[in-house]
Parts: sequence; structure tokens; C-alpha cells
Amino acid sequence: MQPAAAVRARGITKTFGDVIALDGVDLDLPEGQIHGLVGPNGAGKTTLLGMLLGLAVADGGSLEILGSPVGRILSVPGGVTGFVDGPGLYPELTARQNLAALVSLRSGAGRSADVDEMLDRVGLTEVAGDSVRGFSLGMRQRLGLAAALLGEPRLLVLDEPANGLDPAGKRQVHQVLTDLAEAGGTVVLSSHRMDDLAALCDDVTLLSTGRVVFSGPVHKLARESGELDYRLVTTDADGARRLADDIPGLSQVAGRKSQSQYDDQSVVVRGPEPALDDLVARLVGAGIAIRELGPVVPPLEAAFLALTGADTDPGPDADISPASTPGLQETSR
Amino acid sequence: MTAAIVDAPVRTQPQPVALSRCYTFELVKLVSQWRVRLVFLACLLAPAIYTAVISQQTSLPADAVYGRWMNQSGWAGSLVILDVMGTLVLPLLTCLVAGDVFAVEDRLGTWRHLMVAVRSPRRIFVSKAMAALTVTLALLAALLVSSLAGGLLALGSQPMPGLDGHIMDSGELIRTVLLGWLTIVPPTLAFSAVGLFGSVALGRSPLGLLMPVVIALILEGVQLMPVPVALRVATPMNAFITHRGFFTAPGQLGSLWIGLAVSLAWTALATYLAYRLFVRRDFTDLAYDGMGRRFLVAGLAPLAGLVAVTTVVVAVTTGANGTGIERPKLEASLATSFSHLYVLQTEQLNRRAVTEEQLHATAKCDKAGERVEDHGPGADWRCVVTWTLPGATATGNAIYQLDVTADGRYVADGDGPKEVNGFFQVATPLGDRPNPLWQFDGVVDLLATTK
Repeated sequence: MQPAAAVRARGITKTFGDVIALDGVDLDLPEGQIHGLVGPNGAGKTTLLGMLLGLAVADGGSLEILGSPVGRILSVPGGVTGFVDGPGLYPELTARQNLAALVSLRSGAGRSADVDEMLDRVGLTEVAGDSVRGFSLGMRQRLGLAAALLGEPRLLVLDEPANGLDPAGKRQVHQVLTDLAEAGGTVVLSSHRMDDLAALCDDVTLLSTGRVVFSGPVHKLARESGELDYRLVTTDADGARRLADDIPGLSQVAGRKSQSQYDDQSVVVRGPEPALDDLVARLVGAGIAIRELGPVVPPLEAAFLALTGADTDPGPDADISPASTPGLQETSR
Repeated sequence: MTAAIVDAPVRTQPQPVALSRCYTFELVKLVSQWRVRLVFLACLLAPAIYTAVISQQTSLPADAVYGRWMNQSGWAGSLVILDVMGTLVLPLLTCLVAGDVFAVEDRLGTWRHLMVAVRSPRRIFVSKAMAALTVTLALLAALLVSSLAGGLLALGSQPMPGLDGHIMDSGELIRTVLLGWLTIVPPTLAFSAVGLFGSVALGRSPLGLLMPVVIALILEGVQLMPVPVALRVATPMNAFITHRGFFTAPGQLGSLWIGLAVSLAWTALATYLAYRLFVRRDFTDLAYDGMGRRFLVAGLAPLAGLVAVTTVVVAVTTGANGTGIERPKLEASLATSFSHLYVLQTEQLNRRAVTEEQLHATAKCDKAGERVEDHGPGADWRCVVTWTLPGATATGNAIYQLDVTADGRYVADGDGPKEVNGFFQVATPLGDRPNPLWQFDGVVDLLATTK
């Protein structure tokens, strides 16, 4: 049996003046799933997340959230919480006061047990009495998540929840979100970090200029990357180049200098995996040792770049992780 | 928590947060601001310290109405504070509270968070306005309690003359002082509403925060000029000083009622403008940072229009024209004050008792000689008061120099004879005491007609 849909959107459009923020977006989010939303800046992610929170209404199309049609602003059903554009905290209040004020706002009475439990879940118990003014970005993100969880969400909408988190904080947030999904809640989150999405999400939706260019499981997105570029570092770069030239379907590409200490000894090749396997076998046969072999751009990022049309020049605003993404040009053989 | 998620009932209808909870939330946020706490502390301490210290001095703030009585009556200090409040202090307080109550969410980037939590822009607006009003009234209460405590603890409840010279006992003073403080609530609300509008309309701009003070400065400038009385009473700034009308007998209440109506009209209009703007705002527009130039049309024009309409209405309904400061009114006011204070002086000197009616005091005033018409404010009024004592055939004359300000207040400075009003002290059987006839404050009813 198909799980019930937490979100069902059909042909959603939204414009701001002359700017088309969303252009015929379809989206199906089953309950109990963690769904990632990714796309370059200006792709429409925040607008879509804002709609899910009831902050904006679509100009066209239909949107159902937790089984209820949404047509007016702030008319999403109960059980939808989250944040966009930062966690929305009051710096003059302590972490506990921020949460207690929210609990009082929602239920009329400060349930301190809930507050303490939430602080513990996001790992902020030790700083519960500290003013939020002194919190780091990561701590604010975790407190914002706690605030959202206090609303007992059935649909949790988070905009860049992993921003500023250290590895331990990230693991903690991942655990909280996974627990929520296992309990039947649905999580929609946006992120600029493809590795976060790969580690956390069941499905992802890739937006580009307001349109959905991919929606489905993460592993399927990786396949959209097409042929990847691989950096190969050997003990004999010239020998490796000669061997690569002889393999059908494998091409060499040249790119900018990277930070690798092996820059002078590296070869970047592009081709299908069997051709790459063939190259490795020939290198071993020729007695050339392989020191490093890996994709220049991780598969998910490559898919992102390919699908959003940003692969030719990522530029400073590209919506991808800080991992190196040198602009590559195919060389003539 | 986990169980709660699974078992949570499906709510198909949005549930806006109850207004009372929203109000409490806003109040908590407002009170948590160190700036508000600091201002409250200042309101609670500064007037008490000021009145207590000044009441022990011989050099007094005579420029302020009631200032010259600060070392003789515990009530005077509170009245001085009350009079000073109406300059720029209360508009400044409204800046800090109402002027920032919406803008702070822009600064912190918390609007979306608040909208998602509350789900009703209307309730957010009402809650914020009510929270700002609560804090502002708390600041006013602190000022009142503090100023009264400082003066009364230092000097006790001594009688004091009103602005027509009649002696006010403790019962009348407590009633009148409390009423006086009550009269500044409506104009404070008006400036709070202006603050709300500025905060909604101009977002993070400092002008939004300072809008009540900017408007107050403009209106204060108008108040300082000899403008027609209909225009003078058509602004909420004038409402700050209408409490002076309580300190005469009979009371000068025309300005008070107009001030009340004007203040409420400003409150209603500015609050409506702020509300309309707020509920129409697109909270998904990240680029929004106030309405910029449209603010002139959407905000200032309606308020300016209100002033114009009020001016016309006041002029038509009261028949008041000119500055309202006319020779006959000044003469009547001075003669009345002189009579009351002469009786007080007579009691101090332990002379044979005399009543105001027996004195038949009259005054003749002239402004800057014959070449200048005898009306309008200025420090060039010269008056001669004439009176008779029971059983005496001769009449007494006393000269006063009057400094009349555009708001109708005047300071009468005695110019002789020395035995009556020419010296600052009188020798009483109990020792030297301040001479009540030497210098005193008075007030002219600007709206009264003399024809």
C-alpha cells in the first residue's frame, strides 16, 4: 500500500513581479520520508518551503498538505512547523526562555519538561541558560530545530538546517530528523550540501529556475551525472597519458590547477567505468603505480551541475558544496 | 515526543494562537530587552532622586511651571516632571517601545518564524500594540510614583497655590495631580500610535524608530510660534500641557477636551494606518525594508490632513482666532492670581485677614508701549495691579513685568513696591519666607473669548 501523501503539489506557479519563482512544480512527499530540496540560488527553494509553511500562496496550481487543500496564506493545517531564512530566535532570551515562550504561545502553559527534552535532543542542555546572543550559527540552528520540534510536527520544513554545524552537531541533527521520520513525520529540507542530502534523504527534488529538473531517489540522481571526470595520480604521468590515449571511449581533459600536491603528476580522464577499469589494468600491467584515483566532482554534484546547466562554469554562486569543482574543458586528442 | 508525533490528531483547520497568549509572548519579548529594562529603571529612580534633591535646594527650576514651589510642597516636584514629560520625553519613550516593536522583528529576521507560530497577522498586530501600550503605561506609572515619592518623602504634603493663585490643600492636590497625569495618557497613546506606524512603515530605518520624536519636534516648533490658537490645540503636543487647566478655579477645560479628542483621533488614525499597512505586507518578500517614499503619502499626508481638519473644526466651533493671548484675559488672570496670593501673603505676615473679594483687585496691562497692539506672547508685557483694603481710602498699586509664552503660560515678575512684590522674601513671625507675590506663574485660557 502506498503511504499517505504529506504534500501533494500540482502545477504550482508563483511569480514576484516579473520574476518567475516557481513554474509548474509538481511534488509528492509521502509521510515518513526525509525529502531534500536542492537547486542553485534563485531556483525557488525558499519560495516552495515558504508555501509549505503557509507563508505564501501559489498563483496557480494546487497544493495539499497533510490531506488539506491550502489556498490562503497561513492556512496550512496544524502539525506543520519549521523555519526558512534562519531559525528566528530572540537574542535577548536564553535558549530555554526562547523555547518556553514558544511553548506558552502554542499551548498556553510552559511545559518545562518538553523544553528540557528538546534542549537535550539537540545537545544544548549545557547552554540552556545562556543568552542566544552569544550562540554560534550552529547552536542557533540546533535551537531553531528544537523550537520547530516543540510544535509536534507531522511535516517539518527546514531551510538549510545544517548550516554552521560541526560534524558532531550535524550527526545530532541527522539523528533527530531520522527519528522523526521513523515515527511517521515528514521532513522537507533544503541544503547546499549534496553530501548532507545523500546521507540523510530518501528522495531529493532538484529545482532550477523554478522548475523541477529531477525528483526521485538519491541514487537515481547520481546516475544523472553522465560520464564523470576522474583525477588519476600515478608515478608516471606521461606513461599514464599514453595508455589513456589508447583506450577507446576514454578522453583526457585539462583543467585548472588544484590544491593537490600531485598536480604535476595528475591526469584527468573522462569516460565510462569499463574504460576506466581497462586503464587501471593497463597501468598495473605497465608497472605504473596508482597513488590516487577518484571523481573530480562527486557524482551527486556532477548530476546537480549537469541538470541545472551549471557544469560549464560553476562560478562563485554555484549551489554546490565547497569541494573543489574546477571548470573543465575537453581537450582535443 | 515520538509517541506524540505518531498519535497527534489530524487537524484540518488552521489554529491561530489565542490573543492572550500572543500578547504574553510579545510582552515577554519586549520586557526582555535590556533597553526597556534600563528605561524602566530610570523612570523609577530618576524623578524621585531629582525631586528629592531639588526640594532641598534654594536654587529652583523656576522656568518650569510649579518649579518655584519645589522646596515648599512635595507635590510640586511631580508637577514639574509632568510638565517636562510633555516636551520630548514622552515621545522619546514611545520611540523606544512602540517605535521598535515591529522593527525589531525585521532586524532579527523573525517575521516568518512569528507568522508560522501565530498564524494571524491581525493577532500579531493587536498583541504588539497592546504589549507596547502596557509597557508605555508602566513607564508612565513609574514616573508618577517616583516623582510623587521623591517630593512627598522629602517635604510632605504641603499646600500650594494653583495657577490662579488659589491655595490647594492636600485633598485637592492629590486629586488634581493624579488627574493631571491622567491627561497625558491620551497624547502618549497618540505618539505611541505614531511609533507603531513608523515601526511598520519604515522597518529597520532609524527614521521609523525616531518617528514620534521627529513628529514631536515639528509640532513643538509649531507650539513655540505664535500660531492661531485653533492650530495650536489641533495637535497632540498641546494635549500634554492641558493639565494646567485643572490648576485654576474654575478649570480651563476647553483645551483639555479638545486635546483628548485630538489625541484619540491621532491614535485611531495612526493605528489604522499601521494596521492596514501591516496586514497587507508580503512577508515572503525578502527585499522588503519599509515603504520608502510612499511613506510620505501613506503616513504623513493623512496626519497632516487630520491637523488641518481639526484646526478648521476648532476654529468654527469655538470661534477662537488669533493667538488667544489678549489684554483683557491677561488682566483678569493677573488680578485673580494677585488677589489669591495677596491673601496668602497677608496670612504669612499675620496681618488682619482679608478676602479676595474685599481687595477688588484689577490690572491694567500694556504690551511694549503704545505702538504695539496689546495681544500675543512676549516678555514685554507690563502690568499695574490696583487693589483696596477694607476700611482704607487709598488704593495700592503693584507693578509686574510679564513674560507670556505662546502656550498661554506667563511668569509675573514683581517690580515693586518692595513691601508688596519687590523682594523675594517676606519677614514673617516664623522667619523669612519666600514672598508669594514676588514671582508667580499664571495661565491664560487661550480658547476663552473676550467679546
